[in-house]
Amino acid sequence: MITKRIIPCLDVKDGRVVKGIKFKELGDVASPVELAEYYTKAGADELVFYDITASSEGRKLFTDILTETASKVFIPLTVGGGISSVEDFDRVLKCGADKVSVNSGAIRNPAIIGEAAKLYGDQCVVISADIALVDGVYRVFSRGGRENTGMEAIDWIKKCVADGAGEVVVNSIDTDGVKGGFDLPLLKKVCDAVSVPVIASGGAGCINDFIDLFEEIPSIDAGLAASIFHFGEVAISDLKKAMADAGIPARLV
Amino acid sequence: MIAIIDYGVGNLFSLQSSLKYIGREAVVTSDPEIIRNADRIILPGVGAYEDAACKLRETGMADLVTEVAKGGKPLMGICLGMQLLLEKSYEYGEHEGLGLIKGSVVPIKDVVPADYKIPHIGWNGLKFRGEKSPLFKYVNEGDCVYFVHSFYGTDCGDKTIATTEYGAELTAAVADGNVFGCQFHPEKSGEVGMKILRAFCEIGGM
Repeated sequence: MITKRIIPCLDVKDGRVVKGIKFKELGDVASPVELAEYYTKAGADELVFYDITASSEGRKLFTDILTETASKVFIPLTVGGGISSVEDFDRVLKCGADKVSVNSGAIRNPAIIGEAAKLYGDQCVVISADIALVDGVYRVFSRGGRENTGMEAIDWIKKCVADGAGEVVVNSIDTDGVKGGFDLPLLKKVCDAVSVPVIASGGAGCINDFIDLFEEIPSIDAGLAASIFHFGEVAISDLKKAMADAGIPARLV
Repeated sequence: MIAIIDYGVGNLFSLQSSLKYIGREAVVTSDPEIIRNADRIILPGVGAYEDAACKLRETGMADLVTEVAKGGKPLMGICLGMQLLLEKSYEYGEHEGLGLIKGSVVPIKDVVPADYKIPHIGWNGLKFRGEKSPLFKYVNEGDCVYFVHSFYGTDCGDKTIATTEYGAELTAAVADGNVFGCQFHPEKSGEVGMKILRAFCEIGGM
Protein backbone atom coordinates (compact mmCIF):
# COMPACT_ATOMS: atom_id res chain seq x y z
CA MET A 1 0.00 0.00 0.00
CA ILE A 2 1.44 3.32 -1.01
CA THR A 3 2.05 5.60 1.96
CA LYS A 4 0.91 9.18 2.39
CA ARG A 5 3.90 11.49 2.14
CA ILE A 6 4.92 14.16 4.64
CA ILE A 7 7.01 16.88 3.06
CA PRO A 8 8.81 19.68 4.89
CA CYS A 9 9.42 22.73 2.73
CA LEU A 10 12.60 24.71 3.21
CA ASP A 11 12.51 28.27 1.89
CA VAL A 12 16.11 29.16 1.15
CA LYS A 13 17.50 32.65 0.77
CA ASP A 14 21.21 33.26 0.34
CA GLY A 15 21.94 29.75 1.58
CA ARG A 16 19.80 30.00 4.74
CA VAL A 17 16.34 28.66 5.58
CA VAL A 18 13.53 31.15 6.00
CA LYS A 19 9.80 30.83 6.36
CA GLY A 20 7.32 33.19 4.86
CA ILE A 21 4.23 33.72 6.95
CA LYS A 22 1.44 34.82 4.67
CA PHE A 23 4.34 35.17 2.18
CA LYS A 24 5.44 38.43 3.80
CA GLU A 25 7.23 38.14 7.12
CA LEU A 26 10.50 36.25 6.99
CA GLY A 27 12.52 34.83 9.85
CA ASP A 28 15.83 32.99 9.80
CA VAL A 29 15.84 29.38 11.04
CA ALA A 30 18.88 27.20 10.31
CA SER A 31 21.25 25.62 7.81
CA PRO A 32 19.30 23.90 5.00
CA VAL A 33 21.73 20.98 4.93
CA GLU A 34 21.42 20.36 8.68
CA LEU A 35 17.64 20.70 8.55
CA ALA A 36 17.47 18.29 5.60
CA GLU A 37 19.52 15.69 7.47
CA TYR A 38 17.44 16.18 10.60
CA TYR A 39 14.14 15.78 8.75
CA THR A 40 15.34 12.74 6.85
CA LYS A 41 16.22 10.97 10.09
CA ALA A 42 12.85 11.96 11.58
CA GLY A 43 11.00 10.32 8.69
CA ALA A 44 10.34 13.05 6.12
CA ASP A 45 9.36 11.34 2.86
CA GLU A 46 10.61 14.05 0.58
CA LEU A 47 12.04 17.55 0.87
CA VAL A 48 11.18 20.71 -1.01
CA PHE A 49 13.86 23.36 -1.40
CA TYR A 50 12.36 26.62 -2.43
CA ASP A 51 14.78 29.26 -3.69
CA ILE A 52 13.52 32.72 -2.86
CA THR A 53 16.76 34.42 -3.84
CA ALA A 54 16.64 36.98 -6.60
CA SER A 55 20.36 37.58 -7.20
CA SER A 56 22.69 35.40 -9.25
CA GLU A 57 25.00 35.25 -6.24
CA GLY A 58 22.13 33.83 -4.19
CA ARG A 59 21.42 31.33 -6.98
CA LYS A 60 24.98 30.05 -6.75
CA LEU A 61 24.71 29.70 -2.95
CA PHE A 62 21.46 27.83 -3.48
CA THR A 63 22.89 25.28 -5.92
CA ASP A 64 25.90 24.76 -3.62
CA ILE A 65 23.53 24.00 -0.74
CA LEU A 66 21.48 21.71 -2.97
CA THR A 67 24.56 19.79 -4.10
CA GLU A 68 25.73 19.36 -0.53
CA THR A 69 22.29 18.18 0.59
CA ALA A 70 21.94 15.73 -2.30
CA SER A 71 25.27 14.17 -1.40
CA LYS A 72 24.14 13.52 2.18
CA VAL A 73 20.39 12.98 2.01
CA PHE A 74 18.96 10.10 0.02
CA ILE A 75 15.28 10.83 -0.26
CA PRO A 76 13.56 12.65 -3.13
CA LEU A 77 14.36 16.34 -3.43
CA THR A 78 12.11 18.83 -5.18
CA VAL A 79 13.35 22.26 -6.08
CA GLY A 80 11.23 25.30 -6.76
CA GLY A 81 11.61 29.04 -6.96
CA GLY A 82 12.78 31.10 -9.88
CA ILE A 83 12.26 28.31 -12.40
CA SER A 84 11.40 29.97 -15.67
CA SER A 85 13.26 28.05 -18.37
CA VAL A 86 14.40 24.59 -19.36
CA GLU A 87 17.93 25.77 -18.47
CA ASP A 88 16.74 26.30 -14.90
CA PHE A 89 15.50 22.70 -14.81
CA ASP A 90 18.88 21.55 -16.06
CA ARG A 91 20.77 23.65 -13.52
CA VAL A 92 19.02 22.17 -10.46
CA LEU A 93 18.71 18.61 -11.79
CA LYS A 94 22.49 18.50 -12.23
CA CYS A 95 22.87 19.43 -8.55
CA GLY A 96 20.85 16.43 -7.45
CA ALA A 97 17.20 17.53 -7.57
CA ASP A 98 14.74 14.81 -8.58
CA LYS A 99 11.77 17.03 -9.37
CA VAL A 100 11.40 20.65 -10.25
CA SER A 101 8.38 22.71 -9.37
CA VAL A 102 7.37 25.61 -11.52
CA ASN A 103 4.90 28.31 -10.51
CA SER A 104 5.08 31.89 -11.87
CA GLY A 105 7.45 30.68 -14.60
CA ALA A 106 4.65 28.56 -16.06
CA ILE A 107 2.19 31.45 -15.85
CA ARG A 108 4.57 33.67 -17.85
CA ASN A 109 5.51 30.88 -20.26
CA PRO A 110 3.09 27.92 -20.20
CA ALA A 111 5.15 26.07 -22.86
CA ILE A 112 7.83 25.35 -20.26
CA ILE A 113 5.80 22.46 -18.83
CA GLY A 114 5.57 20.54 -22.07
CA GLU A 115 9.21 21.25 -22.97
CA ALA A 116 10.52 20.09 -19.60
CA ALA A 117 8.25 17.02 -19.54
CA LYS A 118 9.54 15.98 -22.93
CA LEU A 119 13.18 16.40 -21.89
CA TYR A 120 13.08 15.04 -18.34
CA GLY A 121 9.83 13.07 -18.10
CA ASP A 122 6.45 13.92 -16.54
CA GLN A 123 7.58 12.60 -13.15
CA CYS A 124 10.12 15.40 -12.99
CA VAL A 125 7.74 18.30 -13.59
CA VAL A 126 5.65 19.63 -10.70
CA ILE A 127 3.14 22.43 -11.14
CA SER A 128 2.83 24.52 -8.02
CA ALA A 129 -0.09 26.93 -7.87
CA ASP A 130 -0.88 29.69 -5.35
CA ILE A 131 -4.65 29.84 -5.15
CA ALA A 132 -7.17 32.06 -3.36
CA LEU A 133 -10.95 32.26 -3.42
CA VAL A 134 -12.01 35.57 -4.98
CA ASP A 135 -15.75 36.33 -5.15
CA GLY A 136 -16.56 32.64 -5.00
CA VAL A 137 -14.09 31.60 -7.71
CA TYR A 138 -10.70 29.97 -7.13
CA ARG A 139 -8.09 32.10 -8.87
CA VAL A 140 -4.40 31.55 -9.59
CA PHE A 141 -1.98 34.10 -8.17
CA SER A 142 1.52 34.81 -9.35
CA ARG A 143 4.60 36.53 -7.88
CA GLY A 144 4.48 34.74 -4.54
CA GLY A 145 0.78 35.20 -4.07
CA ARG A 146 0.75 38.94 -4.69
CA GLU A 147 -0.85 39.20 -8.11
CA ASN A 148 -4.22 37.80 -9.20
CA THR A 149 -3.76 36.42 -12.71
CA GLY A 150 -7.51 36.17 -13.21
CA MET A 151 -7.13 32.54 -14.31
CA GLU A 152 -9.58 30.01 -12.90
CA ALA A 153 -7.50 27.61 -10.78
CA ILE A 154 -8.94 24.22 -11.68
CA ASP A 155 -8.78 24.94 -15.42
CA TRP A 156 -5.18 26.08 -15.05
CA ILE A 157 -4.13 22.95 -13.15
CA LYS A 158 -5.92 20.68 -15.64
CA LYS A 159 -4.13 22.39 -18.51
CA CYS A 160 -0.74 22.00 -16.81
CA VAL A 161 -1.37 18.30 -16.18
CA ALA A 162 -2.48 17.80 -19.78
CA ASP A 163 0.77 19.48 -20.89
CA GLY A 164 2.86 17.05 -18.87
CA ALA A 165 3.02 18.06 -15.20
CA GLY A 166 3.34 14.83 -13.22
CA GLU A 167 2.41 16.23 -9.83
CA VAL A 168 0.48 19.20 -8.43
CA VAL A 169 1.23 21.28 -5.34
CA VAL A 170 -1.78 23.29 -4.21
CA ASN A 171 -0.86 26.27 -2.01
CA SER A 172 -3.92 27.88 -0.52
CA ILE A 173 -3.27 31.55 0.11
CA ASP A 174 -6.42 31.68 2.24
CA THR A 175 -5.19 29.11 4.76
CA ASP A 176 -1.42 29.72 4.53
CA GLY A 177 0.10 30.88 7.81
CA VAL A 178 -3.25 30.72 9.61
CA LYS A 179 -2.54 27.27 11.11
CA GLY A 180 -6.23 26.41 11.11
CA GLY A 181 -5.98 23.38 8.85
CA PHE A 182 -5.61 22.69 5.13
CA ASP A 183 -8.00 24.15 2.57
CA LEU A 184 -10.10 20.99 2.20
CA PRO A 185 -12.76 22.32 -0.22
CA LEU A 186 -10.10 23.56 -2.66
CA LEU A 187 -8.01 20.39 -2.35
CA LYS A 188 -11.02 18.19 -2.93
CA LYS A 189 -11.82 20.08 -6.13
CA VAL A 190 -8.27 19.64 -7.42
CA CYS A 191 -8.16 15.93 -6.53
CA ASP A 192 -11.43 15.37 -8.38
CA ALA A 193 -10.10 17.20 -11.45
CA VAL A 194 -6.74 15.49 -12.05
CA SER A 195 -5.38 11.96 -11.98
CA VAL A 196 -1.78 12.78 -10.99
CA PRO A 197 -0.56 13.02 -7.37
CA VAL A 198 -1.74 16.11 -5.45
CA ILE A 199 0.22 17.66 -2.57
CA ALA A 200 -1.61 19.84 -0.05
CA SER A 201 0.13 22.98 1.15
CA GLY A 202 -0.83 25.86 3.41
CA GLY A 203 -2.61 25.84 6.73
CA ALA A 204 -1.27 22.94 8.78
CA GLY A 205 -1.02 23.94 12.44
CA CYS A 206 -1.04 20.63 14.28
CA ILE A 207 -0.94 16.86 13.83
CA ASN A 208 -4.73 16.67 13.61
CA ASP A 209 -4.77 18.92 10.56
CA PHE A 210 -2.85 16.23 8.65
CA ILE A 211 -5.10 13.45 9.99
CA ASP A 212 -8.17 15.46 8.86
CA LEU A 213 -6.59 16.02 5.45
CA PHE A 214 -5.93 12.33 4.77
CA GLU A 215 -9.24 11.19 6.26
CA GLU A 216 -11.39 13.79 4.51
CA ILE A 217 -9.66 13.46 1.14
CA PRO A 218 -8.47 9.86 0.69
CA SER A 219 -7.13 10.65 -2.79
CA ILE A 220 -4.67 13.29 -1.59
CA ASP A 221 -1.08 12.04 -1.75
CA ALA A 222 0.94 14.26 0.52
CA GLY A 223 0.91 17.09 3.02
CA LEU A 224 3.50 19.84 2.90
CA ALA A 225 4.36 22.33 5.63
CA ALA A 226 7.22 24.53 6.77
CA SER A 227 7.16 26.55 9.99
CA ILE A 228 5.37 24.00 12.18
CA PHE A 229 8.22 21.59 11.46
CA HIS A 230 11.00 24.19 11.65
CA PHE A 231 9.85 25.57 14.99
CA GLY A 232 9.24 22.12 16.44
CA GLU A 233 5.48 22.57 16.88
CA VAL A 234 5.00 19.25 15.10
CA ALA A 235 7.68 16.54 15.18
CA ILE A 236 7.56 14.48 12.00
CA SER A 237 8.12 11.26 13.96
CA ASP A 238 5.06 12.01 16.16
CA LEU A 239 3.02 12.90 13.09
CA LYS A 240 3.94 9.62 11.38
CA LYS A 241 3.01 7.64 14.49
CA ALA A 242 -0.32 9.46 14.78
CA MET A 243 -1.06 8.73 11.11
CA ALA A 244 -0.31 5.02 11.57
CA ASP A 245 -2.49 4.94 14.72
CA ALA A 246 -5.35 6.50 12.73
CA GLY A 247 -5.00 3.80 10.07
CA ILE A 248 -3.46 6.12 7.48
CA PRO A 249 -0.67 4.38 5.53
CA ALA A 250 2.57 5.99 6.72
CA ARG A 251 6.23 5.15 6.38
CA LEU A 252 7.76 4.76 9.83
CA VAL A 253 11.53 4.99 10.19
CA MET B 1 35.13 -0.37 -7.81
CA ILE B 2 31.61 -0.03 -9.19
CA ALA B 3 30.96 1.07 -12.76
CA ILE B 4 27.76 3.05 -13.28
CA ILE B 5 27.01 2.72 -16.98
CA ASP B 6 26.90 6.09 -18.72
CA TYR B 7 24.88 6.01 -21.92
CA GLY B 8 23.50 9.53 -21.82
CA VAL B 9 20.36 8.75 -19.86
CA GLY B 10 19.40 10.19 -16.51
CA ASN B 11 20.91 11.99 -13.62
CA LEU B 12 23.54 9.95 -11.84
CA PHE B 13 24.56 12.39 -9.12
CA SER B 14 22.48 10.79 -6.36
CA LEU B 15 23.42 7.25 -7.30
CA GLN B 16 27.12 8.04 -7.22
CA SER B 17 26.74 10.02 -3.97
CA SER B 18 24.82 7.23 -2.28
CA LEU B 19 27.50 4.68 -3.12
CA LYS B 20 30.14 7.05 -1.77
CA TYR B 21 28.02 7.47 1.37
CA ILE B 22 28.14 3.70 2.02
CA GLY B 23 31.88 3.75 1.45
CA ARG B 24 32.03 2.41 -2.10
CA GLU B 25 33.93 3.97 -4.94
CA ALA B 26 31.84 4.37 -8.07
CA VAL B 27 32.60 5.86 -11.45
CA VAL B 28 30.15 6.96 -14.10
CA THR B 29 31.67 5.58 -17.27
CA SER B 30 31.24 4.21 -20.76
CA ASP B 31 34.87 3.07 -21.00
CA PRO B 32 34.83 -0.67 -21.89
CA GLU B 33 38.08 -1.31 -20.08
CA ILE B 34 36.89 0.25 -16.81
CA ILE B 35 33.60 -1.63 -17.09
CA ARG B 36 35.34 -4.98 -17.72
CA ASN B 37 37.64 -4.38 -14.76
CA ALA B 38 34.93 -3.20 -12.34
CA ASP B 39 33.85 -5.43 -9.44
CA ARG B 40 30.23 -4.81 -10.24
CA ILE B 41 28.03 -2.85 -12.61
CA ILE B 42 24.97 -0.67 -12.18
CA LEU B 43 22.70 0.06 -15.13
CA PRO B 44 20.69 3.21 -14.32
CA GLY B 45 17.96 4.81 -16.39
CA VAL B 46 15.03 7.19 -16.43
CA GLY B 47 12.82 8.35 -19.26
CA ALA B 48 11.42 6.56 -22.25
CA TYR B 49 12.22 2.90 -22.96
CA GLU B 50 12.69 3.20 -26.71
CA ASP B 51 15.09 6.13 -26.42
CA ALA B 52 17.11 4.43 -23.66
CA ALA B 53 17.28 1.08 -25.49
CA CYS B 54 18.50 2.88 -28.64
CA LYS B 55 21.16 4.81 -26.74
CA LEU B 56 22.29 1.64 -24.98
CA ARG B 57 22.83 -0.04 -28.36
CA GLU B 58 24.31 2.99 -30.14
CA THR B 59 26.94 3.47 -27.43
CA GLY B 60 27.88 -0.20 -27.54
CA MET B 61 26.83 -0.53 -23.91
CA ALA B 62 24.14 -3.13 -24.66
CA ASP B 63 26.69 -5.70 -25.89
CA LEU B 64 29.16 -4.83 -23.17
CA VAL B 65 26.63 -5.09 -20.32
CA THR B 66 25.46 -8.43 -21.73
CA GLU B 67 29.05 -9.66 -21.98
CA VAL B 68 30.00 -8.76 -18.38
CA ALA B 69 26.70 -10.07 -16.99
CA LYS B 70 27.17 -13.40 -18.77
CA GLY B 71 30.73 -13.46 -17.43
CA GLY B 72 29.27 -13.57 -13.91
CA LYS B 73 29.90 -10.02 -12.71
CA PRO B 74 27.17 -8.73 -10.34
CA LEU B 75 24.91 -6.36 -12.26
CA MET B 76 22.01 -4.29 -10.98
CA GLY B 77 19.53 -2.38 -13.12
CA ILE B 78 17.62 0.45 -11.45
CA CYS B 79 14.15 1.67 -12.53
CA LEU B 80 14.26 1.89 -16.34
CA GLY B 81 17.64 0.13 -16.05
CA MET B 82 15.81 -2.84 -14.53
CA GLN B 83 13.20 -2.80 -17.27
CA LEU B 84 15.98 -2.85 -19.89
CA LEU B 85 17.25 -6.14 -18.42
CA LEU B 86 13.97 -7.83 -19.39
CA GLU B 87 13.15 -9.32 -22.79
CA LYS B 88 10.88 -6.67 -24.20
CA SER B 89 8.76 -3.61 -23.51
CA TYR B 90 5.36 -2.58 -24.72
CA GLU B 91 5.91 1.10 -23.79
CA TYR B 92 4.53 2.96 -26.84
CA GLY B 93 5.15 0.16 -29.33
CA GLU B 94 7.21 -2.96 -28.91
CA HIS B 95 10.91 -2.71 -28.11
CA GLU B 96 13.56 -5.30 -27.47
CA GLY B 97 15.39 -5.31 -24.13
CA LEU B 98 18.63 -7.03 -23.17
CA GLY B 99 16.85 -10.28 -22.29
CA LEU B 100 19.08 -11.01 -19.30
CA ILE B 101 16.02 -11.72 -17.16
CA LYS B 102 12.74 -13.27 -18.20
CA GLY B 103 9.81 -10.87 -18.48
CA SER B 104 8.31 -7.93 -20.32
CA VAL B 105 7.33 -4.35 -19.53
CA VAL B 106 3.69 -3.24 -19.66
CA PRO B 107 1.65 -0.21 -18.52
CA ILE B 108 0.58 -0.13 -14.87
CA LYS B 109 -2.76 1.31 -15.92
CA ASP B 110 -3.68 -2.02 -17.56
CA VAL B 111 -3.66 -3.82 -14.22
CA VAL B 112 -4.61 -1.33 -11.51
CA PRO B 113 -8.13 -0.01 -10.77
CA ALA B 114 -9.04 3.16 -12.66
CA ASP B 115 -8.91 5.39 -9.56
CA TYR B 116 -5.23 4.60 -8.92
CA LYS B 117 -2.91 7.39 -9.97
CA ILE B 118 -0.33 6.92 -12.69
CA PRO B 119 2.67 7.27 -12.35
CA HIS B 120 3.00 5.18 -9.21
CA ILE B 121 4.95 7.78 -7.23
CA GLY B 122 5.93 7.42 -3.61
CA TRP B 123 7.03 5.12 -0.84
CA ASN B 124 5.61 1.62 -0.95
CA GLY B 125 6.30 -1.58 0.99
CA LEU B 126 8.32 -4.55 -0.22
CA LYS B 127 6.78 -8.01 -0.22
CA PHE B 128 9.34 -10.76 -0.72
CA ARG B 129 8.78 -13.64 -3.13
CA GLY B 130 10.36 -17.06 -2.76
CA GLU B 131 13.53 -17.46 -0.75
CA LYS B 132 14.80 -14.09 0.57
CA SER B 133 17.24 -12.66 -1.95
CA PRO B 134 20.77 -11.72 -0.80
CA LEU B 135 19.86 -8.22 -2.06
CA PHE B 136 17.47 -7.94 0.90
CA LYS B 137 19.92 -9.31 3.48
CA TYR B 138 19.70 -6.15 5.62
CA VAL B 139 16.03 -5.21 5.09
CA ASN B 140 12.71 -6.60 6.23
CA GLU B 141 9.47 -7.37 4.48
CA GLY B 142 7.23 -4.30 4.63
CA ASP B 143 10.12 -1.84 4.52
CA CYS B 144 9.27 1.06 2.22
CA VAL B 145 11.22 2.08 -0.87
CA TYR B 146 10.69 4.93 -3.31
CA PHE B 147 9.01 4.25 -6.66
CA VAL B 148 8.44 6.50 -9.68
CA HIS B 149 7.14 4.62 -12.73
CA SER B 150 4.24 4.22 -15.14
CA PHE B 151 5.26 0.82 -16.56
CA TYR B 152 6.27 -2.35 -14.75
CA GLY B 153 7.87 -5.74 -15.39
CA THR B 154 5.52 -8.67 -15.73
CA ASP B 155 5.77 -12.42 -16.47
CA CYS B 156 9.10 -12.58 -14.66
CA GLY B 157 8.00 -15.90 -13.09
CA ASP B 158 10.30 -17.16 -10.35
CA LYS B 159 12.77 -14.39 -11.17
CA THR B 160 10.56 -11.99 -9.18
CA ILE B 161 12.17 -11.50 -5.76
CA ALA B 162 9.85 -8.78 -4.47
CA THR B 163 6.55 -7.14 -5.30
CA THR B 164 4.68 -4.10 -4.06
CA GLU B 165 0.95 -3.57 -3.63
CA TYR B 166 -0.69 -0.81 -5.69
CA GLY B 167 -4.16 -2.05 -6.44
CA ALA B 168 -2.35 -5.01 -8.00
CA GLU B 169 0.89 -6.84 -7.28
CA LEU B 170 3.58 -4.94 -9.16
CA THR B 171 7.07 -6.35 -9.65
CA ALA B 172 9.44 -4.45 -7.34
CA ALA B 173 12.64 -6.44 -7.89
CA VAL B 174 13.93 -9.31 -10.00
CA ALA B 175 17.02 -11.49 -9.95
CA ASP B 176 18.55 -14.25 -12.02
CA GLY B 177 21.90 -15.44 -10.69
CA ASN B 178 24.29 -12.48 -10.68
CA VAL B 179 21.81 -10.15 -12.40
CA PHE B 180 19.49 -8.02 -10.23
CA GLY B 181 16.93 -5.37 -11.00
CA CYS B 182 15.05 -2.88 -8.79
CA GLN B 183 12.02 -1.03 -10.09
CA PHE B 184 12.34 1.36 -7.14
CA HIS B 185 15.22 3.79 -6.55
CA PRO B 186 17.49 2.50 -3.77
CA GLU B 187 19.51 5.71 -4.03
CA LYS B 188 16.37 7.65 -3.08
CA SER B 189 15.02 5.19 -0.50
CA GLY B 190 16.77 6.52 2.61
CA GLU B 191 18.29 4.04 5.06
CA VAL B 192 16.45 1.07 3.54
CA GLY B 193 17.85 1.97 0.13
CA MET B 194 21.37 2.27 1.51
CA LYS B 195 21.03 -1.21 3.03
CA ILE B 196 19.99 -2.63 -0.34
CA LEU B 197 22.94 -0.97 -2.08
CA ARG B 198 25.26 -2.25 0.66
CA ALA B 199 23.95 -5.80 0.18
CA PHE B 200 24.44 -5.57 -3.58
CA CYS B 201 28.02 -4.40 -3.02
CA GLU B 202 28.67 -7.50 -0.92
CA ILE B 203 27.35 -10.01 -3.43
CA GLY B 204 30.22 -12.04 -4.82
CA GLY B 205 30.84 -12.69 -8.50
CA MET B 206 30.06 -16.06 -10.00
